[in-house]
Amino acid sequence: MSDQPQSGTSDKAASGPAIRMVDVHKSFGAKNVLDGVSLDIGRGESFVIIGGSGSGKSVTIKCILGLLRPDSGNILIDGNETTRLRGSDRDELMRKFGMLFQGGALFDSLKVWENVAFGLIQGRRMDRKLARDRAYETLAQVGLGTDVGELSPAELSGGMQKRVGLARAIAARPEIIFFDEPTTGLDPIMADIINELIIKCVKELGATAVSITHDMHSARKIGDRMAMIYGGKLIWVGRTAEIDATGNPYVEQFIHGRAEGPIKMEVRG
Amino acid sequence: MNLLATIGRLFIAFLFHTGRLAIFAGQGLSHCVRPPFFPRLIGRQLIEIGYFSLPVVGLTAIFTGMVLALQSSTGFASFVAEAAVAKVVMLSMTRELGPVLAGLMVAGRIGAAMAAEIGTMRVTEQIDALVTLSTNPFKYLVAPRMIAALVALPILVVIDDIIGVFGGFLVGVYGLGFNPAVFLHDSWDSLRTLDVASGIFKAAIFGFVVALMGCYNGYHSQGGAQGVGRATTNAVVSASILILTLDYVITALFFRA
Repeated sequence: MSDQPQSGTSDKAASGPAIRMVDVHKSFGAKNVLDGVSLDIGRGESFVIIGGSGSGKSVTIKCILGLLRPDSGNILIDGNETTRLRGSDRDELMRKFGMLFQGGALFDSLKVWENVAFGLIQGRRMDRKLARDRAYETLAQVGLGTDVGELSPAELSGGMQKRVGLARAIAARPEIIFFDEPTTGLDPIMADIINELIIKCVKELGATAVSITHDMHSARKIGDRMAMIYGGKLIWVGRTAEIDATGNPYVEQFIHGRAEGPIKMEVRG
Repeated sequence: MNLLATIGRLFIAFLFHTGRLAIFAGQGLSHCVRPPFFPRLIGRQLIEIGYFSLPVVGLTAIFTGMVLALQSSTGFASFVAEAAVAKVVMLSMTRELGPVLAGLMVAGRIGAAMAAEIGTMRVTEQIDALVTLSTNPFKYLVAPRMIAALVALPILVVIDDIIGVFGGFLVGVYGLGFNPAVFLHDSWDSLRTLDVASGIFKAAIFGFVVALMGCYNGYHSQGGAQGVGRATTNAVVSASILILTLDYVITALFFRA
């Protein structure tokens, strides 16, 4: 079924970027986390946001997803303003999204297949049996056998939890998928397997992908375009191939992982 | 000057938390009455809150009833009579001790569990995951717990009352040597609808308070394992204080007018 066209893409022909952020600000107390972020992400593009810990990467995607509300600025999804959406309009918008969380965020009270089918059963009111079939299909897509479906998430290894999280994110065939540090905490081989799976799944769905990571190997592999965030601002946006020739000292320090340079890590929380 | 700043800061924090709690309660209640409902989740919570609390609540009730009978007979030794002991047990259980003790026990058992479970879901991003799967956390997590607690506590209290009076009966008949038929008759005579109704009303309110404080503290917990621990403590302490405070308010409303 993975080769079928995805559902809910009637407005996909609409022109303009899939996601547009215009001068988004967000602060927590006195701490300015996003300080005027503007960004366009095109349809079907795989966009990667890189940056150090505490640079505002997570807050950026949480603002796009609507998990956090920006203090000012606009976020447009398919050309529609979303920052003030509430209730059922917000739920409706959420159906376009899928998200792979850093720690997996699997529901530990449910079985693996119920996790994968959750968005279909609860969010889309799909029949339980149908959703179960779709869940097993999606699990197979990420390389997990049927025996895994009946287990509870706590019985799985970190790499398998990531796979289940990926299956859950793509089960409802979203138009835009977010990946929060997809390779963090995995060994290099499993990290590469997850990278390959992300590329494969995004391509099969024809979805727009937005990833945040500090793993440069992963970023280069999955990203068409990249942006670097530092101090709540995007300091560089460009094609992945161009990242080695930016001439930007911040970017260079980051991609080469040097302790010395213009970026001063906050040592105290 | 510093003292004033501290008082001001505390006052603002108090207003902030009160306001946030009121909004949380309102949102939770509004999802309790609006479809879609989750009968499967409500059922699971009913079993958790009602059925599995029975042993704890029942044990508390039977010993409370027994102590009441013993105390009232030794304390009022000079004018002890079946009627007095039966009346004290019946009145105290139905009006006060049934709902308050059940409320406090459930606050410890269920309020803590709710805060720990929802708090862990918060810090492991499971609540965010719910939102990204088009599921409202209030609808899925909070409303079923509120509905189940509202329904389960009154039922628990009715059972509690019966067990408590039975405890009094045991001590009255086997410890104090009262005539069982007379004791039962006196108990029945002192059973009043208003007493039981006020107890059931209290129980429903206490159930709501336990679920509210458990869910609220869990939902807003932050900072990993320590944060979840703090949320759990806060849920039990705040629910217990609210139960005792509201107990006075409701008693005044029912019996002082």
